[in-house]
Amino acid sequence: MNFSVGLSTYLLVGAMLFCLGLYGLFAKKNVVAILMSIELMLNAVNLNFVAFNRFLATDRLIGNVAALFVIVLAAAEVAVGLALVIAIYRSRQTTNVDEFNWLKW
Amino acid sequence: MFTQMHSLYESAWVIPALPFLSFLLIAFVTKRSKGLSAAISILAILTSLALAIAIVLGVVGSGAEIVEHPAVVNVNWLDIQGLTINFGTLVDPLSTMMLFVVTLVASMVQIYSVGYMHGDRGWSRYFAYQSLFAMSMLGLVISTNLLELFVFWELVGLCSYLLIGFWYHKVSAREAAKKAFITTRVGDFGLLLGILFLYGQFGTLDFAQLAQAMNANLQGLVLAGGVSYITLTTFLLFTGPIGKSGQFPLHVWLPDAMEGPTPVSALIHAATMVVAGVYLVGRMYFMFQHAAPSALEFVAGIGALTAIFAASIAIAQDDIKRILAYSTLSQLGYMMFALGVGALTASMFHLMTHAFFKALMFLGAGSVIHALHEKQNIWDMGGLWKKMPITGWTFFIGVLAISGIPPFAGFWSKDEILAAALHNGHPIIYAVGLFTAFLTAFYMSRLFFVAFMGPEKKENHPHESPYWMTVPLIVLAFFSVVGGLVALPTHNFAFFVRDYVNLNGVVALKEFEPEGLAWGLAGISVLAGLLGIGLAYMTYVRQAIQAEAVVAKFPGVYKLLKNKYYIDEIYLWLIHHIMDGLAKVLYWFDIYIVDGIINGLALITRGSARGLRRMHTGQMQTYALVFFFAVVVIYLVYTLGEGQFAALNPLAMLGGVK
Amino acid sequence: MSTIVFFIFAILAVAAAWGVVTSKNIVHSALFLALTFVGVAALYVMLNAEFIAAVQILVYTGAVSIMVVFAVMLTLRGDVGESSPENKKWGWGLFVAGLVFVMITAVILTNADWRILEGPWTIQNSTAALSNLLLTNYMIPFEAAAILLTVALVGAVILAKGVRENK
Repeated sequence: MNFSVGLSTYLLVGAMLFCLGLYGLFAKKNVVAILMSIELMLNAVNLNFVAFNRFLATDRLIGNVAALFVIVLAAAEVAVGLALVIAIYRSRQTTNVDEFNWLKW
Repeated sequence: MFTQMHSLYESAWVIPALPFLSFLLIAFVTKRSKGLSAAISILAILTSLALAIAIVLGVVGSGAEIVEHPAVVNVNWLDIQGLTINFGTLVDPLSTMMLFVVTLVASMVQIYSVGYMHGDRGWSRYFAYQSLFAMSMLGLVISTNLLELFVFWELVGLCSYLLIGFWYHKVSAREAAKKAFITTRVGDFGLLLGILFLYGQFGTLDFAQLAQAMNANLQGLVLAGGVSYITLTTFLLFTGPIGKSGQFPLHVWLPDAMEGPTPVSALIHAATMVVAGVYLVGRMYFMFQHAAPSALEFVAGIGALTAIFAASIAIAQDDIKRILAYSTLSQLGYMMFALGVGALTASMFHLMTHAFFKALMFLGAGSVIHALHEKQNIWDMGGLWKKMPITGWTFFIGVLAISGIPPFAGFWSKDEILAAALHNGHPIIYAVGLFTAFLTAFYMSRLFFVAFMGPEKKENHPHESPYWMTVPLIVLAFFSVVGGLVALPTHNFAFFVRDYVNLNGVVALKEFEPEGLAWGLAGISVLAGLLGIGLAYMTYVRQAIQAEAVVAKFPGVYKLLKNKYYIDEIYLWLIHHIMDGLAKVLYWFDIYIVDGIINGLALITRGSARGLRRMHTGQMQTYALVFFFAVVVIYLVYTLGEGQFAALNPLAMLGGVK
Repeated sequence: MSTIVFFIFAILAVAAAWGVVTSKNIVHSALFLALTFVGVAALYVMLNAEFIAAVQILVYTGAVSIMVVFAVMLTLRGDVGESSPENKKWGWGLFVAGLVFVMITAVILTNADWRILEGPWTIQNSTAALSNLLLTNYMIPFEAAAILLTVALVGAVILAKGVRENK
């Protein structure tokens, strides 16, 4: 099999992860599941950063730095997001985003 | 001499500035202190009076120089592209005369008010308004251009409104104030239009520049129908004086304005503000001369009509202040028709003498009303002659002066007007004027005989007014006696306040030629006055003629006069039927057409919002869905929009970075 | 050899991700998520980013997954097997996600610059180099991230703690 793994391959894996996360974002009802989907998308992005770093900038680590910051942000985001979920759950007794509509007119 | 005096003329702005300062001081500082407020106000106006006297002396000393070259000081107020407005002071014989008259009457009235307004709750407010009025009126007379004049013109209107409605707890006072303000505004609108017309044509509102510009380019200024532009503008300008000076048909506000305190009536509605219209016509007289004869004939006609019209109403009135108000209207008509027949000098002269004796009579009437505790009907008075000697004597002087009995002031001015009317070829006007003089003498004597000579009423306990009130009466009486003497030859009034002449379309000041008194004409007018007084004497003192019998003989005429020719009722009918009908149509238009458009817009907005809000589900998943779909669409637009799939460069959509 | 390893972990990651979004049981989703993180971490190692891989395991697999599980535990009600259903618009979501995937794939595949293989990796000790970078060139973002984390921590505590009712 004359197939070798290149940049495009990594990017395709990232694209798949991203789009699966996107689908989860659109389709899931449970807000925790939506947060998980977002983590998937962030991972896809990170994968892209690192892959670009490996293939296009072989003497520097800027992609790695970016990925590191994304992880930091993701951690913060998860912490705040889950805290929000719990706060909402406490007051509304639901995690169903379909019912998160009280900002509507 | 003249150059030394010039620095005095240049400080003429101090004269209106002092009362204004006093107004500010009273309004913001001394409002709590009655004594201080009055003191400041009177002090300010007395200082202005002293300055005005100084300027009068200066002008008299300057002689012909000041007549040819008025002292003008201009300060640029507004200078934008295509519009230059100055504020300034103009000292010439005419404005000097006005300065003197206004400061004199205003100071007398303010001193008088100390006695008259004693114990009034609005004391400080009253003096603040008085000062504001003095400032506005003095500013008006020394204005150098029409806009400045208009500003002060409106300010005096405002003061008039405030002072008529001074006792605002009285419904009639409030109504009268509104009536005065709205009626004069009708005229003011025409005046403003006239000012705009003038500016549009000549690009300046300065009196001196206008006078020159008119002489320069009068040709070709003809509107459709052969009406000259100047004539049209003149008519528009004249609507201002019609409103302000109470000429027919906008005279209705002046009798009602008597609801204000009597000193106010004396100052504003007899001596000063109402003559602002006459003054304006005098100031713009060069233009009226250009628009002659149509404009001048119109002025003369309106003036004569007002004179006889108001005089005839005055005969049948019983309220002492209303009689004086109609008398004022009549005398204003006199001044107007004097202007109309081309006698600027005589008109201004009459303006001055009238200010003296009419202010005197109003203050006298105020003294009487004060003594009788707000009784205004002359039939409730009587026998005041003995109880109130100073008021009685000074009032008598006023009556003689207005009746044109020599040597009192009214004789000289009235005679000059009548002589000018006949001399300039207006016999009908002359006849009307003469008859009005007779009527004037009659109704003023009637007022005097009934109120002062008639039988005493037991329920009245009149007493002479305090010195605060009698001293101004005496001062004004003095001027009513000697005021006319300035018309005597040598350096007389006519030398300073010159007529204009129109020589082939070029208007210039007339050369001064001393004229002797036409003794024949003077005799006739004195006779008319004496006849009027005699008739009143026979009717109301000797009872030789029964007034009731005369009334019974002409009930219709009496009713007509008593009800002031039903002018108010006609206006009411017009307002009710014509104005209200029009208003209803406009109301309908407003409700259904204008509001319909507005409501329609609102309905469209609301309707579309109703539909569009469905898009806002409030669910972020939907938003994200739309967002990403839009990303795809934008991507497609970027790539396919360039028409070639080869350009499917990912960096192309990042702004072409490569 | 590396190709095979790559595919093993790539397929593992994508399949686990598939499980995350399709599982009706949210606990399963959380476990699949951890598996995805592990797969991605392996891919990082193959990309010579050992430090990132370690952080991925520590932060994502270790911390985030556990937090997610805790959140599930705190908010779970009813049948756990139906705890993460699809909503009514899942078809539309599938359609748009598919469109986005097609778009990205088209971009990746049509770009000739990206059809490259691994070149030589010149950085010997990437962890040391990374720390060097973070404390020199990226000093300020690093500090900012630290502040952000602190703020997020405090915020999360306040949010989760809730407002005390006034009596």
